[in-house]
Amino acid sequence: MARTDTASLPPTRTDFRDRAVGRLLRRPSALVGLILLAGILAMAAFADVAFPGDPLDMAGSPLLRPGDAAEFPLGTDMMGRDLASGIFHGARVSLLIGGVAALVSLVIGIGIGALSGYYGGRVDRALMRVTELFQTIPPFLFTLALVAILQPSIATITTAIGITSWSGLARLVRAEVLRLRNSELAQASIILGASDARIIFLHILPNALAPVIVSASILVATAILTESSLSFLGLGDPNVVSWGGMVGAGRETIRTDPHVAAIPGVAIVIAVLALNLLGDGLNDVLNGKGERR
Amino acid sequence: MSDPVLAVDGLSIAFQTRRGPLPAVRDLSFSVGRGEMLAIVGESGCGKSLTALALLGLVPPPGRVTGGTVRLEGRDLLALDEAALRHVRGARISMIFQEPMTALNPVLTVGEQIMEAILEHEPVSRKAARERTLALLERVRIPDPARRFAEYPHRMSGGMRQRVMIAMALAGAPAVLVADEPTTALDVTIQAQILSLIDELRREQGTAVVFITHDLGVVSRYVDRVLVMYAGRKVEERDTRDLFADPFHPYTKGLIAAQPRGLAARPQAGPGPAGVARERLTEIPGTVPALAAMPPGCAFAPRCPLADDRCVRTVPPPRPAGSGLVACHHAGESHAI
Repeated sequence: MARTDTASLPPTRTDFRDRAVGRLLRRPSALVGLILLAGILAMAAFADVAFPGDPLDMAGSPLLRPGDAAEFPLGTDMMGRDLASGIFHGARVSLLIGGVAALVSLVIGIGIGALSGYYGGRVDRALMRVTELFQTIPPFLFTLALVAILQPSIATITTAIGITSWSGLARLVRAEVLRLRNSELAQASIILGASDARIIFLHILPNALAPVIVSASILVATAILTESSLSFLGLGDPNVVSWGGMVGAGRETIRTDPHVAAIPGVAIVIAVLALNLLGDGLNDVLNGKGERR
Repeated sequence: MSDPVLAVDGLSIAFQTRRGPLPAVRDLSFSVGRGEMLAIVGESGCGKSLTALALLGLVPPPGRVTGGTVRLEGRDLLALDEAALRHVRGARISMIFQEPMTALNPVLTVGEQIMEAILEHEPVSRKAARERTLALLERVRIPDPARRFAEYPHRMSGGMRQRVMIAMALAGAPAVLVADEPTTALDVTIQAQILSLIDELRREQGTAVVFITHDLGVVSRYVDRVLVMYAGRKVEERDTRDLFADPFHPYTKGLIAAQPRGLAARPQAGPGPAGVARERLTEIPGTVPALAAMPPGCAFAPRCPLADDRCVRTVPPPRPAGSGLVACHHAGESHAI
């Protein structure tokens, strides 16, 4: 490390800006994660250019294997739908649902965690009981129940995943806020007459961000996985193609034509793996463990 | 003093415990005028930092103010609610502390932090706040303010950070600045710089300063008056010059005797390794009594060479002595001795 005088100080945002990005890119697993994620993002962005038309339309003969026909590089399913087109368009759905659901979860989790940790006492006890209530219900079954009640659509699936996945984050944020609330920084702000809102948004949350960023990447991965599971069970949005839905559709032909289920399955694995690698890398870099390795 | 900016009268603070209240500060009274600098001196645990926080209406639980008033520009702060206090803190009374690193936000530039301190209290535009910030940085003698504005705290030295803290504390142009051991974490040379900065600022702006410290020697050159606290009570309050020339209270004498003096002033007690006179510092025997085991009489009696029956039985009331007050049964006689 170049600046030894700051070695003992807690990591700060400039340190992250100066060095974190560089250190993240030097970490092979994080780099692989970033490249894979960039690839999936590119697929989502160029889906309409590469595969114009509805990916749910019948495009050719059913159950073509990869390599059978030049215009279907990944083959077709039992309805004659182009698998490559499905993968590209499915990336959109997966990323959209993963991203927005994680955002919903972040807003609820940070909000509840910050209020709970900052105000403590009765507010904390009430909010933590609610959080525990959410933690006791298995998240996937909870999501499943919500989607079944609300009718599956992209909006309801996203909301349901967001509503069921914030509890861990809320506890994490609460712990960080609790630590920072008693710090000299918060005390100094109180002494200088800062309002609660200013202390929370200016002095506490920005300093609590590192673990939140790490868990956000894992939240996206989990949300993608949950959406895939819902679609596999037939509770996906029926009007859009999704990777989980494609695996579900390929299930019937798994013994004769395993590629129909396997190809979207691999896509899910890659997306979740990419986000987890990135999350691990961020964790090492932001939480300061990376330097001692 | 005709019209003090800050007047503390009969302030008492106690820690609430299961076995009842433990008084930590008892019946403390003092006042500070415009542009005046008062030092509150005492050992660790004598209640000086608690007093500092009480001046801002911020006694940490389980502590509680059990009596007295703190009047800032005529208003009793202890009677204000939290919302009203928030408008007073930072605007009319402000504080700087010992450790400027942990009190600054690591993710904001120092300029942004000072700006926020201004915007918190005044509805000015960001542009105006930025200009005022640059002026403040200049006022606390930070070179090249425009460049320093965009620096993060960790890139600054301890002395610079303390200057930034002072700039933040002065952002609202307060009438009173409470300084709780602001130089303890700094190098000796930087200590002197920060002290003379505070001294200059109070002369320029007429800010009253309450300087909390355990180090009598550090402040003697700058403060107008010294208030010596022992075990939660004021034991002596005098003009600085008088106090050093002729301390009345045995505790104050002990504190002054415990200061290392300049090499030249030392009696030649025998040459040290480098030909320098070596001399053991005079110490005050014993320790401050615990809050729960406070003697019924004078709290200093167990450590005092002059203590007699009267000291053990009754608390000495403060009485006028020279340019101030002293609370010692033997003040007059001990002086004669």
